[in-house]
Amino acid sequence: MKNIKIILLLLVLFLASRNSFAHQIEVCKTCPISTLSDGIAQAKDFDTIVVKKGTYKEHNVIVNKPLTIIGENYPIIDGELKGEIITIISDNVTVDGLFIINVGNSYTADYAAIRVKNSKNFLIQNLVLEKLFFGIYIEKSRDGKVFHNKIIGEAIEEYNSGNGIQLWYSKNIQIEHNFVQHVRDGIYLEFSDFCTIKNNVSALNVRYGLHFMFSNDDLYEDNTFENNGAGVAVMFSKRIKMYNNLFKENWGTASYGMLLKEINDAEIIGNTFEDNTIGINIEGSNRIIYKHNNFSNNGWAIKVKGACYTNTFTENNFLYNSFDIAYNSNVNDNVFDKNYWSNYTGYDLDKNGVGDVPYRPVKLFSYIVNRTPETIILLRSMFIDIIDFSEKVSPVFTPDNLLDNNPIIKKITW
Amino acid sequence: MRSRWSYVYFAFYLLLGVVLLFLNNDLSKAVITLMNVIIVLVPLIGTIFGVMYYYNSQEFTELLLAQPIKRSSIFLGQYLGVALSLSMSLILGLGIPFVFYGLFESSAIWDFSLLLITGTFLTLIFTALAFNIALSNENKIKGFGYAILLWLFLAVIYDGLFLMTLIMFEDYPLDKVSLFGTMLNPIDLSRTLILLKLDISALLGYTGAVFKQFFGTSFGLIVSFVMLTVWVVMPVLRIVFKSKKKDF
Repeated sequence: MKNIKIILLLLVLFLASRNSFAHQIEVCKTCPISTLSDGIAQAKDFDTIVVKKGTYKEHNVIVNKPLTIIGENYPIIDGELKGEIITIISDNVTVDGLFIINVGNSYTADYAAIRVKNSKNFLIQNLVLEKLFFGIYIEKSRDGKVFHNKIIGEAIEEYNSGNGIQLWYSKNIQIEHNFVQHVRDGIYLEFSDFCTIKNNVSALNVRYGLHFMFSNDDLYEDNTFENNGAGVAVMFSKRIKMYNNLFKENWGTASYGMLLKEINDAEIIGNTFEDNTIGINIEGSNRIIYKHNNFSNNGWAIKVKGACYTNTFTENNFLYNSFDIAYNSNVNDNVFDKNYWSNYTGYDLDKNGVGDVPYRPVKLFSYIVNRTPETIILLRSMFIDIIDFSEKVSPVFTPDNLLDNNPIIKKITW
Repeated sequence: MRSRWSYVYFAFYLLLGVVLLFLNNDLSKAVITLMNVIIVLVPLIGTIFGVMYYYNSQEFTELLLAQPIKRSSIFLGQYLGVALSLSMSLILGLGIPFVFYGLFESSAIWDFSLLLITGTFLTLIFTALAFNIALSNENKIKGFGYAILLWLFLAVIYDGLFLMTLIMFEDYPLDKVSLFGTMLNPIDLSRTLILLKLDISALLGYTGAVFKQFFGTSFGLIVSFVMLTVWVVMPVLRIVFKSKKKDF
């Protein structure tokens, strides 16, 4: 073990020293080297290419050696809608500070502003991407970083638009502080494990703010997902950790803050769901821990669609949602305990901060709305309050063991 | 008589507003509670005050009728006197505590003004309906009975029947029916108006195109207000018509 560390240290020193001896190549409109592709062709391994301010009409730029490409004052790389702009096929590449526009649109090839292919240790940062098809496309790569990029698309329809940041068969990628707007999926992970997605803002996207498919052991935290077609879709993945994200204003008929489909052993902690049509839509998901989340002003805080077992909901705040929980069956195997429900009407005679009467989060009316959606128009009517009350007293249609036995009296802080 | 009761009414709303705000410490919860008050209590109070006022002042009205004054102006004057003083008590009683609480700086001001506007509409509508009932019934007990029944029907029974209909015909497309059914009941109409502000995220969960147009755009707001106005105008016209023909 010690030997390995020493070897690694030497390797790092060796690389660093090589880098410090590396040449710097300048690219500008009036320099001997006036295009980025020329610069790359002339460069040796571990050189630095500095691109000066200006507009460079280039596409199909292939980075095939370990280089550092730095833009000064955001030079514009204009792809003129002809296809892919930069493709990285070497390890240890850094791309920094470029303004890339006009990626080609295609129905057969996924053209991207920057594609990373079979590479390791790349760093893509401070880019601005506009008028794009796919933004940053990372395939079969590992140990990379994608930091501080701004991606603004013009997507209107799902079928002819691409994703902001897409990962495909990649491992151990860090995606932080990016800002993605108006694309299909803000960030999309497919078959990508051990990735970290942190502090990003993904808004106004046509489909999802963040989308997982068949990706395991990933972590996303402190992100904001606002006003997307649907906030986050997590599908067919295992052991995903979701901490402290904000899901806001995802409105519409098939819209939710978060969609969980076939998810096992995930942790959902400290998130805020605000003003969504559905806070979390759960289908076929098991052994998930929901803790310290805030659900406020949603249409449905949580909608459980079936085949969900041994999930635990503890110490969450449910504030002013039209419906707290909707269930479409009357079997329940999930645990609700020690949550705060703003709709709770019980009392606390022994003053221990825990309500003395259990709370039933599923109302009869939510069952009725499930059956006949038009009845939603009777929401908050006095008649509905009366039938909800009678159902509360003796449950017939809703699962009778779906109870919070220890509803907290005051809003929970942590 | 009128002024004393409207003071009581005013004091009641003042107390309600203060209690709601200073015990709850949360504006959104206060607005939800207020909504329940407005769609249940306001119509009830409007109905009872309307009927009570008419019967109490009946002798005086007959005296007035002996004078050379137009009948419509006597009855409309009475109606407006009751309805406007009730509305003023509502607006001031709820408004004052909320203003002191810092309403103008908060984002809830639109929700709150909408609440007050629908409350005023409901007062106008139910007082007019109460006058109609009183004009048509000489017998006080009967008049009171009908008035309470009317309130009970519109506030509770109507929604029950409505829900039953929707569930019975669930195999058919119902979005138009349900919107139409709402239009026919002023209490439902005001509830829908408030829902548009309060529960819009839930309402947008429904797929129907008609619903979407109604709730998603300002169309719903405009139609609801027009219908509320119709609901005020119709009973008032009947008061005028009935009072001209009535034999005292």
